[in-house]
Amino acid sequence: MLTTPGGTLLVMAVLVPFVGVLLGLTLGGRHVWRVAAVTVLAGLAIVASLASMLLQSGDTVVYLLGGWAPPLGIALRADSLSVVMMLAVAVVICGIGLYARSDFGSVAGAAEARAPFTFWLLLLAVWGSLNLVFVSGDLFTLYVALELVTFSGVPLVCLDGRGETLRAALRYLLFALAGSLLYLLGAVLLYGAYGTLDIALLAERIRPEPIAWSVAALMTVGLLAKTALFPLHLWLPPAHAGAPAAASAVLSALVIKGSWFLVVRLWFDVMPGVVTLSAAQLLAGLGAAAIVVGSVVALRQERLKLLVAYSTIAQIGYLFLMFPLAFDAGGSALVHGPALTGGLLQAVSHATAKAAMFMAAGLVYAALGHDRIADLAGVARAMPITILAFALAGLALMGVVPSGAYLAKKLMLDAAASSGQWWWEGVLQGGAVFTAAYVVLVLTHVMRRPRGPAQPLKRVSRLSEFAALFLGLCSLLLAFAALGPLPGDLVKNPLAPGELGTTLLVFLGGTLLALGLSPQPLLAATRGGPLRRTMTRAGIAFEHSDGFVRRWPSASIALLTLAALFGWLLLARPLP
Amino acid sequence: MSAATLFGLCAAALIGIGLYGLIVNPHPLRKILAFNVVGSGVFMLFGAIARRGAAAGMGGDPVPQALLITGIVVAFSATALAVALLLRLFDETRSVSLASDAPDKTQPGVDDV
Repeated sequence: MLTTPGGTLLVMAVLVPFVGVLLGLTLGGRHVWRVAAVTVLAGLAIVASLASMLLQSGDTVVYLLGGWAPPLGIALRADSLSVVMMLAVAVVICGIGLYARSDFGSVAGAAEARAPFTFWLLLLAVWGSLNLVFVSGDLFTLYVALELVTFSGVPLVCLDGRGETLRAALRYLLFALAGSLLYLLGAVLLYGAYGTLDIALLAERIRPEPIAWSVAALMTVGLLAKTALFPLHLWLPPAHAGAPAAASAVLSALVIKGSWFLVVRLWFDVMPGVVTLSAAQLLAGLGAAAIVVGSVVALRQERLKLLVAYSTIAQIGYLFLMFPLAFDAGGSALVHGPALTGGLLQAVSHATAKAAMFMAAGLVYAALGHDRIADLAGVARAMPITILAFALAGLALMGVVPSGAYLAKKLMLDAAASSGQWWWEGVLQGGAVFTAAYVVLVLTHVMRRPRGPAQPLKRVSRLSEFAALFLGLCSLLLAFAALGPLPGDLVKNPLAPGELGTTLLVFLGGTLLALGLSPQPLLAATRGGPLRRTMTRAGIAFEHSDGFVRRWPSASIALLTLAALFGWLLLARPLP
Repeated sequence: MSAATLFGLCAAALIGIGLYGLIVNPHPLRKILAFNVVGSGVFMLFGAIARRGAAAGMGGDPVPQALLITGIVVAFSATALAVALLLRLFDETRSVSLASDAPDKTQPGVDDV
């Protein structure tokens, strides 16, 4: 194996953001955003040329560090999976950079502040380390990359330095460290058993045997803790509660995708024949639980920012639904196929749409000085672009009109139908109903006519509003993937009776859920009805159970229990 | 029992003790220490694996040792970041509890006990 043409681009994609960090650090707070702007443009150009190169040749791009081939040396590899993620991350970083320009840009004559300086450096550091996660061809380099993502993500939580945000950051760091130790332990055991950590070599050598099963269980659970999949999400809601909107967008859209991507790498590329269908069912089962609990608790939130944060928990669950659907016909090995494409598309459209949603929530907060959902009346009239961005992102996440998530849902529904796993079809459709519920809830409040005099609004930056709109649109426009790499018959006429019926059902179900579960009744007529009382009680019960799961002891015991459960499910494989 | 097995068992014990500490100790500083105990266990296991995988006449397989050093550096940076956050948290709130409803002792009217 040798370095392929264009291999240098892989090194550049990782190096350029870090050079930006060092340059920004040297030049100081006054120039840091200019350095960031130049770096973002350069990084975007690098990723774009990498993508065009891969599109032309279709082969994996490889770079051998120092010319040493594995197993002694370390290889960087970029296949189509990594390039898609790198492109998505580059676009979202661009959007976030534009958005944060008004909040964190330097003003002539103003004193240097710490938060903007740190924000730009960390944004570039997150980008560089995520690119390293996507191109690493070696499980130990991946460990280092993953730790870099965490180290640059944690300070984003406590940019303003208040006590509660510091506490949230410390919680996040400690829980993520517990997860990465399990991952490292798995990597060490793999080296002991097979004598290499290179992904391509490992995939040839690994056999379904107890050591490989324990490694799969340890690494998967460690990564789930970093991804904040239910019930390991104790750090996510407090981290978002106090972080600035741009930082929340980075955390929710990008940082968790790093460890998610690593789970995908591990299951699909390192040990496709080691993992079993029953373990994949457990993974997707956790995802389904995340969708239900995350969405119900999201509907019960009183602050817009926290509603979006809890909806992230639900969307993370959605990302894990593809695992049982991606097995081959015999159910014995994972294969790269339509289900994986669907999952990837879901991840990309979540990255763009969720960033847009956090930006819109941040703009609403900036304009009003609060983001209590019940007091948002009249905002739609005052900030139409922001609310349009929120609505577009919501539509894209629901997957009803042709959008990225719509294609993803179609691909996964097909995979579920062809493998006879009808229960995941139900979960996929139900997830859309829950998403519709919180979009309807927020939109109903913002479109209301304000009672009494209009609230005084601060002007927000137009650039930030358009950045949010741009990312929301990106998420919808992902539907054009159907013109290129995806089969075109996936997109059906959205006005055909069948499609229209599904859309209406999703909205109707969503509205009913929103009516039943919102903390303040949406319509006066539903106040105190028996159905509403039952649903409110159920909602409060969900909130309590979420609070219980998010306590440190229960979350860390869940971590170990899940590791044991995965190990047991892998061990109890059917004999051939 | 060979030396490598003995070291491997010690590593397993360290990982167990560390995980226990990570779960039951509410104090963040103790959690950080527990994290380091688990880390030491993992590194020791790696050392034992390096010894076991050594070619004849060599003291150990060199690749794990190179990875070990990197791992120790990463664990050290993680500890430094966690301690820095903890000190700042204490400066800001005069309390180091991780509980989300912990009292802010710098607020007037709250007893500084």
